[in-house]
Amino acid sequence: MSLKVDLEQRGHVLCVRLDGELDHHTSKQLKEQVDESLEKLDVEDVLLNLSNLTFMDSSGLGVILGRYKFVQNIGGQIVVCSIPQQIKRLFEMSGMFKIIRLEDDELDALSTLGVAS
Amino acid sequence: MNNIMELKCSAVSSNESFARVTVAAFVSQLDPTVDELNEIKTVVSEAVTNAVIHGYKDKEDGFVFIRVELDEERIHLMIQDEGIGMDDVHEARQPMYTSKPEMERSGMGFTIMENFMDEVDISSSPLMGTTVKMTKRLSQRKALCN
Repeated sequence: MSLKVDLEQRGHVLCVRLDGELDHHTSKQLKEQVDESLEKLDVEDVLLNLSNLTFMDSSGLGVILGRYKFVQNIGGQIVVCSIPQQIKRLFEMSGMFKIIRLEDDELDALSTLGVAS
Repeated sequence: MNNIMELKCSAVSSNESFARVTVAAFVSQLDPTVDELNEIKTVVSEAVTNAVIHGYKDKEDGFVFIRVELDEERIHLMIQDEGIGMDDVHEARQPMYTSKPEMERSGMGFTIMENFMDEVDISSSPLMGTTVKMTKRLSQRKALCN
C-alpha cells in the first residue's frame, strides 16, 4: 500500500493529486513533497484532487490541516475536489468543510480559483 | 463457537496498512458492506497509529497486539500496546484533542472510532500501555457456516 503524489503548478495554484492510501505512514511523504513545492514555487492556493484516494484516516486530516495553516498565512486557500464518499464523511465529521471549500472536479475548482483551464 | 484471529506485529508505521488490510480480510467472512469494511479499516488504522505514535513514541521497538473475534453478527476488535499509556483517557477522547500538536495530529482518532463503531472502551495506565476494545454489529448479519 502506498501513496502517489502528483504535483503540478497551474498559475498561482499548486495542484496536488493523490493516488493510493493516505495514513500516518504515507502522510510524511505527502508533507515533505507539498512543503518543498510550496517553498520553491510561487503559489498561493492549493487544490487537492482526491479522486484516486482509496483510503484516508485522521493522519490525513492532520497533514491537510497543517498545510491549511501554511497557505492561510500567505493569504491563500485550500480547495478539495473529486472527494470519494467515505473520505467526505471524515471531512464532515471533523468540520473540515468549515475551512476548506469543496468543488465537484478539478475544472470547477480551478475556475473558482481564477485559473483558466 | 466464535471465530478468532490474533496478530502481533512490530509497532512501525508501515504496519498500519498491513494491520487494517489483514483485519478487513478476516472480517470479510461476515459479508460486511463496502462502507462497513471501510469503517473497520479506518478504526484499526487509528488505533494502531495511536500505538505507534503515542504508545511507543515512534521508537519502533514495541509490538502491537490485535485480536478480532467474530460472532454471528458482530465484530469484536481489541488493539493493545505495552507502551507509555495515558493518565487521562477522558481528555484523550475529546474531539480535536492531541498531545502532539507539533506533529500535526488532528486529534480526531477516538472521535472517528466512536462514530464508526457501536461500542468503544479504552483502558490505559501510565507505563503499562493502552487497550482499545471496540464492537460493531453488521447490518446484513449472516451466520457463519461452521
